[in-house]
Amino acid sequence: MTVITPVTTETVASSAPFWRLKGFPVIPVSILLFIAFVAVFADVLAPHDPQIGSLARRFKPPFWLEGGSLAYPLGTDHVGRDVLSRLIFGARVSMVVGITAVLVAGSIGTLLGIVSGYLGGWADQVVMRITDTWLALPALTFAIFLAAIVGPSELNIILILGLVYWTRYARVIRGEVLSLKQREFVRLAIVAGCSKSLIMWRHILPNVINSAVVLATLMLGVVIVTEASLSFLGVGVPPPKPAWGLMMADGKKGLMVGYWWLTVFPGICIMLMVLSANLLGDWLRVKFDPQLRQL
Amino acid sequence: MKQYIVRRVGYSLLSLFLLSLTIFLFVRVTGDPVSLLVEPGASPDDIETMRRQLGLDQPLWVQYGHFVASFVTGDLGLSFYYRTPVLELYFQRLPNSLLLAGVAMALSLLIGIPSGILAAVRVDGFWDSAGKIFSLLGLSLPQFWVGLVLILFFSVYLGWLPSSGSGSVAHLLMPAFTLGWYFAAAHMRLTRSSMLDVLGSEYIKLARLKGLPEALVIGKHALKNALIPVITLAGINLVVMINVAVVVETVFAWPGIGRLLYEGITFRDFPVVQGVVVIGGAMIVLVNLMVDILYALIDPRIRLES
Repeated sequence: MTVITPVTTETVASSAPFWRLKGFPVIPVSILLFIAFVAVFADVLAPHDPQIGSLARRFKPPFWLEGGSLAYPLGTDHVGRDVLSRLIFGARVSMVVGITAVLVAGSIGTLLGIVSGYLGGWADQVVMRITDTWLALPALTFAIFLAAIVGPSELNIILILGLVYWTRYARVIRGEVLSLKQREFVRLAIVAGCSKSLIMWRHILPNVINSAVVLATLMLGVVIVTEASLSFLGVGVPPPKPAWGLMMADGKKGLMVGYWWLTVFPGICIMLMVLSANLLGDWLRVKFDPQLRQL
Repeated sequence: MKQYIVRRVGYSLLSLFLLSLTIFLFVRVTGDPVSLLVEPGASPDDIETMRRQLGLDQPLWVQYGHFVASFVTGDLGLSFYYRTPVLELYFQRLPNSLLLAGVAMALSLLIGIPSGILAAVRVDGFWDSAGKIFSLLGLSLPQFWVGLVLILFFSVYLGWLPSSGSGSVAHLLMPAFTLGWYFAAAHMRLTRSSMLDVLGSEYIKLARLKGLPEALVIGKHALKNALIPVITLAGINLVVMINVAVVVETVFAWPGIGRLLYEGITFRDFPVVQGVVVIGGAMIVLVNLMVDILYALIDPRIRLES
């Protein structure tokens, strides 16, 4: 078995601060930070209430087109709600759902991955069989199925996404633990009389956190797309909450008659966020974790 | 060999068992299954009758027995909306899904394999980066967004292609491309890494030493071996495509299995939703089993290793 040197923070953090490392994805990180900023200060930034509209001003185009006005810079939707304000609050929905769902998936997956990798034996068998089975279910279909049972709400969507995506963590983390287990410091900890749970908590966990973070970044993109897809299909975040996927689903009917701004703007937001998360994740993967490069 | 196949079949059966158990438990643990299985607007009396009919007053393991028995005999229940057996509905839609998946797969290989080869031959060159960006875009753009933009451009603006429905080649192009692009990324990455593996091997060095032209080395000797894993993945992905096309089929109103699933959600037609998920999962387990057995037949290293 090849022994892989664990990537510790020292090897990565050289003298330069991390944002000056070679190839650091400045633009993607700026976009993510901007979206996070917008999500946090949505109440202050949004010019209108995202959930209340007036039928008198429905389907107003963006301001640069005829009939548009600066009061509604990106136009209004089918019930006269301000598109810009809904986008701003939508950032909050996407950020909250995306990050918490990744945390849920990451915690379940990392925990099970460590336990099954370290303990081995029947615990490993059980966890890996379940992982294989859940991986056989197409993620989106499985999520739709769960959403159909428990009904859509923001909290349910988070739990569903967590339940659907933990398997990928479990696989990768288990693999890492299998090689960590053979290393000197773990053997010495056993000799020193540490209990199994202490070894897993104090010695294994800190060494797999790097991979877990890289996976989490890559996962963020996947989770946001799935959340948007669920919302688009009507089993995601329930209306009238402003979610980007939901906005596109609402706007779809208007597309054929020329109300393109209802679908194009939320689409651009989703694209920017997911692409940024993926680019950052890709960079982190290559930078921090040579083992994950083949994924 | 026999032992290997027996073990693999055993694992698959175990997976199918866990799959059915997962679905069975989720339906029952997360709420009252009657509320899902009874039609919306049913009276309390009907609900009570339904509960008895479904055997929900019996212990869980008896219920599970019935659940599995009905699936094994192909009984997935009746659709509330269409009033026909779910299995029948599924097979009605399957040809459409197969057609869409087939064309989408062809497009995705057409994009993925050449760009993967170019990327492997010129590592870090222009094509490598271009391919990376193109495949990352395919993974990052939500399918419904790609679909809507295509409609906006080709149907609304240019008026070349129909925005929805089925029946002609023109109907097929946009949904197939949308679905195929997403999978092109995976095929491109795998072609690239598998090609890089093969290009580093001894027999390629020999072919080059012999003085064969580079085009022949790559196009004939290397490609043959590099494509084996790609074709395998494509086979598995074809089945995956049938089962995950729900978004694409919804955007383009393509009458396949994904659309069936979407109708199942919108009409609160739970038997349909459950049926599509169960069949999808079972299909993927079986395809993985087939691939593993085929590999063992082709490659003695796999069966000896076990």
